[in-house]
Amino acid sequence: MPIKVILPTAFTKHTDGARQMDSNAKDLDGLVADLETAFPALGANIKDESGKLRRFINVYVNDEDIRFLGAEKYAFQDGDEVMLIPSIAGGC
Amino acid sequence: MTFACAYELRCQECGRSFGNQPLTICDECFSPLEVCYDIDSAKGIVTRESIAAGPASIWRYAALLPVPQGFQPDLPVGFTPLVRAPRLAARIFEGGSENLYVKNDAVCMPTLSFKDRVVAIALANAKAFGFETVGCSSTGNLANATAAQAVRLGLKACILVPADLEQAKILNTQVYGARLVRIDGNYDHVNRLCSQIADQYNWGFVNVNLRPYYSEGSKTVGYEIAEQLGWKLPDNVVCPMAGGSLIRKIKKAFGELIQLGLVEAKDVKFFGAQATGCSPISTAVKAGTNDVEPQRPHTIARSLAIGNPADGPYAAKMIRATGGWAEDVADEQVVEGIQLLAETEGIFTETAGGVTTAVTQKLVRQGRIRADETTVVCITGNGLKTTDALNGKYATERAVRPRLADFAEYLNELDSQKEVTYAN
Repeated sequence: MPIKVILPTAFTKHTDGARQMDSNAKDLDGLVADLETAFPALGANIKDESGKLRRFINVYVNDEDIRFLGAEKYAFQDGDEVMLIPSIAGGC
Repeated sequence: MTFACAYELRCQECGRSFGNQPLTICDECFSPLEVCYDIDSAKGIVTRESIAAGPASIWRYAALLPVPQGFQPDLPVGFTPLVRAPRLAARIFEGGSENLYVKNDAVCMPTLSFKDRVVAIALANAKAFGFETVGCSSTGNLANATAAQAVRLGLKACILVPADLEQAKILNTQVYGARLVRIDGNYDHVNRLCSQIADQYNWGFVNVNLRPYYSEGSKTVGYEIAEQLGWKLPDNVVCPMAGGSLIRKIKKAFGELIQLGLVEAKDVKFFGAQATGCSPISTAVKAGTNDVEPQRPHTIARSLAIGNPADGPYAAKMIRATGGWAEDVADEQVVEGIQLLAETEGIFTETAGGVTTAVTQKLVRQGRIRADETTVVCITGNGLKTTDALNGKYATERAVRPRLADFAEYLNELDSQKEVTYAN
């Protein structure tokens, strides 16, 4: 069973309006590659010079920041809901 | 307001322009947007005199803020006291200092925190963009400010807060008639939900889709510090950090005043203050990196409990570039900081102010801030909202009969207790 990936509105310009997709990616690097395959325009924009996901894009797995789960080392589980959200809000 | 700088949103990373709209993220590189101004156009027009002729509020700086044409502010927000703090200085500097100041936003109107400044600017824009409902994700102070000012502008408010928020801050939101939603999670969970809500509902979230405008309100702290020091910049600024925005905006304000020729150029050092239980930015600064690793907050300083600070990388970079530093203190020191500021300067601040006061003390002990330097400590909120933090710190005294002899006896009793305490 694949993982469900939820995309923010900010991405829709590069995804023909799609707000979610299913993926069989095993980990974060695999997911970035999957996104690039599905939406080439998006793939070019979500990576920094080193090919990693840009630092302003946060990834949550079932409500938990993926960095608390091991980041790139985290292996997606069947049925995981993965949410990409640009880091936007904040306090003082 | 007869003159206003032209302004527009630009991406902080790729520099792309977006005009003016309720938008916070670049749709090309997904980096945060920031309001940029044509400051040079204000040279010779925005002067010390033109500012002094304005109202005693943040609106005296309206020409340098993203305030939409035609907006008529009627709330006297900001322009809070900058007070010299010699008694606090005597406690934290060996030999004291005449150069320590407190910027006291514990008395910012209308809701007693610096958040009134940012909300005033955000809601001016919410009106211009035609939003009928506004909202925010908040650790408390922002909720109070949004709820109060929304009423004043005839806007509906929906406020989302972490469920464990202090009761006073919840009450201080509900009393204005705002819809308050307690979320079963920490601030970062609330924040994430709000970004999704802003995607789905046509609401103006002050710290989400209005964030670039909102955060500019923080610049007024910097303008006021400079003006109240007699149009001079301090040597050091100590500032609490949650998302890492305020500290950067104070620097931005100083930079604009230099550009306008209203103050002499000076390299001000910026010092960030966090609670150890939520210290992602100070941890990064101390490690010499701009990579801010998220933390799960666990501190009584809830108004600073943002584990994943949006402006963290920028704040960490900026602090080090100015030659400043960031420190953090444990919760016991936060409480001591609240007490220290109250006992020395008569200012009762909330937990965030306890953090800032205690961190200032720590920075002095580390030799990073010297007595001969002009230092401004930014106090951003009022202690009446976080009285829980002082639970158990003061005894409930017994009642005394209304007789002079009883009173004298009671004073003796108190004095002897004090002697015992001192002896210990």
